[in-house]
Amino acid sequence: MSFRPDHELHRRRLGRNLGLGGALLVFVLLVFGMTIEKVRNGVPAEAMLGEANTAQPSTGAGTGP
Amino acid sequence: MADILTHDTQTEASLSDFVQLLKPRVMSLVVFTAMVGLLVAPVHLPPVTALAAILFIALGAGASGALNMWWDADIDAVMRRTRGRPVPAGRVQPGEALAFGAVLSVFAVVMLWLATNLVAAGLLAFTIFFYAVVYTMGLKRWTPQNIVIGGAAGAFPPMIGWAAATGSVGIEAWLMFALIFMWTPPHFWALALFMKDDYSNAGVPMLTVTHGRKATRAHILAYTILLAPVAIGAALTSIGGPLVLAVSAVLNLWFLKGAWAIRARDESEAEADGYRVEKAFFRFSLIYLFLHFGAFLAQAALRLNGIWSW
Repeated sequence: MSFRPDHELHRRRLGRNLGLGGALLVFVLLVFGMTIEKVRNGVPAEAMLGEANTAQPSTGAGTGP
Repeated sequence: MADILTHDTQTEASLSDFVQLLKPRVMSLVVFTAMVGLLVAPVHLPPVTALAAILFIALGAGASGALNMWWDADIDAVMRRTRGRPVPAGRVQPGEALAFGAVLSVFAVVMLWLATNLVAAGLLAFTIFFYAVVYTMGLKRWTPQNIVIGGAAGAFPPMIGWAAATGSVGIEAWLMFALIFMWTPPHFWALALFMKDDYSNAGVPMLTVTHGRKATRAHILAYTILLAPVAIGAALTSIGGPLVLAVSAVLNLWFLKGAWAIRARDESEAEADGYRVEKAFFRFSLIYLFLHFGAFLAQAALRLNGIWSW
């Protein structure tokens, strides 16, 4: 039973995909690390969610079930 | 099936082609100077945020490099030094380089904003615009002062690093900017002296082509003289200290000696010894910048321990 060896094109694609995967992993780890730091330094959760979420004063009404 | 078999495999870029688009060698300088700007600032970021800031600054610089390679593919194809780059070599399509650069630019700026502050992100956005649009699409092909004004783009990273930490821009950040800004022309003109055919073949109006090589030698000396007080001035501010002053004095004297030697030579002498002095000056210019910023960093470490500082 023999398999045909991978075409050079597939090796190139694999390399690109692994590179992209690695970059995404680094990005996730960075965001996770920054979040931990912000939590440890006492940054309020509202501030981390951005201004859009903190602009509306909380009235307690219309917040869903 | 025939479509699959005749698929053109040459048009698919590899990972290293995309890495090359980011100009990794330039990026290493950006990483180093941005890191120094960030670490010598009076405010200290948490470690992961600092790492992220440096990474996003480097990514923004790399993105502007990709945009530069997209626009300059015609020039790069002519010059010996650049004809192997991914776009002129046909490994990456121009549209891919444009999309890659544009998406990464936006990503880097937004992420730097979220990780640090709007001042740093704004400066990064301006740097990308300045390098990709003002320098690459404008100055580079129009004026022999391209290197002088375009050098500003390479000078911004330490200022962005400082702004990422402090949220503002102080005199120290401006002096680090000025140091790289004044260093860039002698560095590139020395390169242009011994890569002479490249720029003239590509039609880039380098000073060597428009004003001659004698004038270029004089300009190198003039900028090296102007660079010295900027470097010494930085040593006298809060990021400086006795160590920076000592290192700066030695480096500037050596740099001036090299610039004087370049000024004193003519073309026949330079050609006779294969541009030995010009090449040595170019190599030393890299050491000059590295040691200057290294001294800022070492001085900050000394200051932190309360020894040998102003």
